[in-house]
Amino acid sequence: MRNRVVLMVFAVLMAACGSGAGNASTSPSATPLSGTVSVFAAASLTDAFNALGTSFQGANSGVTMKFNFAGTPTLVTQIEQGAPADVFASADTTNMDKLKGDGFTSGISQVFARNKLEIVVAPGNPKGITGLADLAKAGLIYITEAPTVPAGKYALQALKTAGVTVTPKSLETDVKSVVSKIELGEADAGIVYTTDVTAAGSKVSGVPIPDADNVIATYPIVAVKATVNAVAANAFISYVLSAPGQAKLQSFGFLSAS
Amino acid sequence: MRREGVPIIVVVPAAIGAAFFIVPLVGLIVRSPWGDAVKALTAPETLEALKLSLIASLSATAVALLLGVPMAWVYARVAFPGRNLLRALTTLPMVLPPVVGGIALLLAFGRRGLLGAWLASTLGITFPFTTVGVVMAETFVAMPFLILTVEAGLRSMDRRYEEAARALGASRWSVFTRVTLPLIGPSLFAGSVLCWARALGEFGATITFAGNFPGVTQTMPLAVYLLLETNQEASFILSLVLLLISLIVLVGLRDRWLRFA
Repeated sequence: MRNRVVLMVFAVLMAACGSGAGNASTSPSATPLSGTVSVFAAASLTDAFNALGTSFQGANSGVTMKFNFAGTPTLVTQIEQGAPADVFASADTTNMDKLKGDGFTSGISQVFARNKLEIVVAPGNPKGITGLADLAKAGLIYITEAPTVPAGKYALQALKTAGVTVTPKSLETDVKSVVSKIELGEADAGIVYTTDVTAAGSKVSGVPIPDADNVIATYPIVAVKATVNAVAANAFISYVLSAPGQAKLQSFGFLSAS
Repeated sequence: MRREGVPIIVVVPAAIGAAFFIVPLVGLIVRSPWGDAVKALTAPETLEALKLSLIASLSATAVALLLGVPMAWVYARVAFPGRNLLRALTTLPMVLPPVVGGIALLLAFGRRGLLGAWLASTLGITFPFTTVGVVMAETFVAMPFLILTVEAGLRSMDRRYEEAARALGASRWSVFTRVTLPLIGPSLFAGSVLCWARALGEFGATITFAGNFPGVTQTMPLAVYLLLETNQEASFILSLVLLLISLIVLVGLRDRWLRFA
């Protein structure tokens, strides 16, 4: 009985080796990409990167894409504590510089997208919010992201430029939880990225922030030093920066990289 | 009795299991910057979070005692159809992911919730983003520990004392306060402490239902989570404080149990 199991395992292993060798011999020029690519990406990239991952995987059937979306500083902490990441996509340059400075990146980081801030409100804007100044209205429940999260830092910056002082009711851990609390009706307004308003569709409305007060967020991407799959990781980064990748990002409301 | 050696097949997995719990604690102790401990502990944000945590968790325990003891009494003493189902439903948060509890609370007591919408429109009361919301989230998650502990106490006590008191003419209320409560004292105490410790450590339901703002809804666990991103050393120290409190609770409880048993 035991011998049979061992034989079966051996047979399966042989078959696996055989198919690998077969592939290599049929396409000697370009070795097909394989293995898993774990992308640690800012929460605001959730929908766009899921779509990018699907199309990248479609073109490279040997690759399995895995995504971990969270507030950017959480991702930095996770990578520095040894989480198995291959690619890091940040929502700001500060956190990218931190990871780079601490020696956890490989190669240069490249800006792949930009984003603007927008005020997110309930569908149809029932509170009649027209701009940043309205956020300070009495009785209005305004929430934002913690200042440690890039979006929270940008929101503070925009409010400061506009000369508006407002105390938020909550400092959420990422943009997505701000949007969900607006969707649930618990808060009246929040500041998130334009792309988050686009992603939420008809469940929320957006109020634009004039360019003079707005903050342009830049998103850099880099390969993580500890990656065990550098080839596929860099291929994914190239795809994000390529024309089709950029087109996909823009379909989610991101601004082009330059 | 012949003394048998402890079989290795038991010792090895048991040792691995013990290490699984102890190594993370050691990690926390080793990696904590002891030199900055005082500074981290006395930082205004820390004290604010600590104060809020104490107020909210003690309030949650008080609410749990007020509502949970009568619930335990009903479960232990009143036979009615659906009792087991009701008990299961009211102690569900013990096994429910706290974030799910937070979402459920939002759907019930949020501004658009089943009851919350009515409370907001008629009385103008809302719970999310308030300290009351924190107390509600903590009570939701922690009260089941008190209910089950007190019910167990009520079931295991000797009811003849109550019957004797009744036979001697004591009212039901004075039997409850002067006979029943003292008799279940140990489980009442243990239940309260367990409930308080669970409330103190509550994270998921709190951040989901009540949000996160320093001094209003940012309790110690929330502060630890956010500090991990900006000031890791401080978050290690605060984690240790929470750990120490939990350890004191468990060890203290153990001694109590042994003394009363």
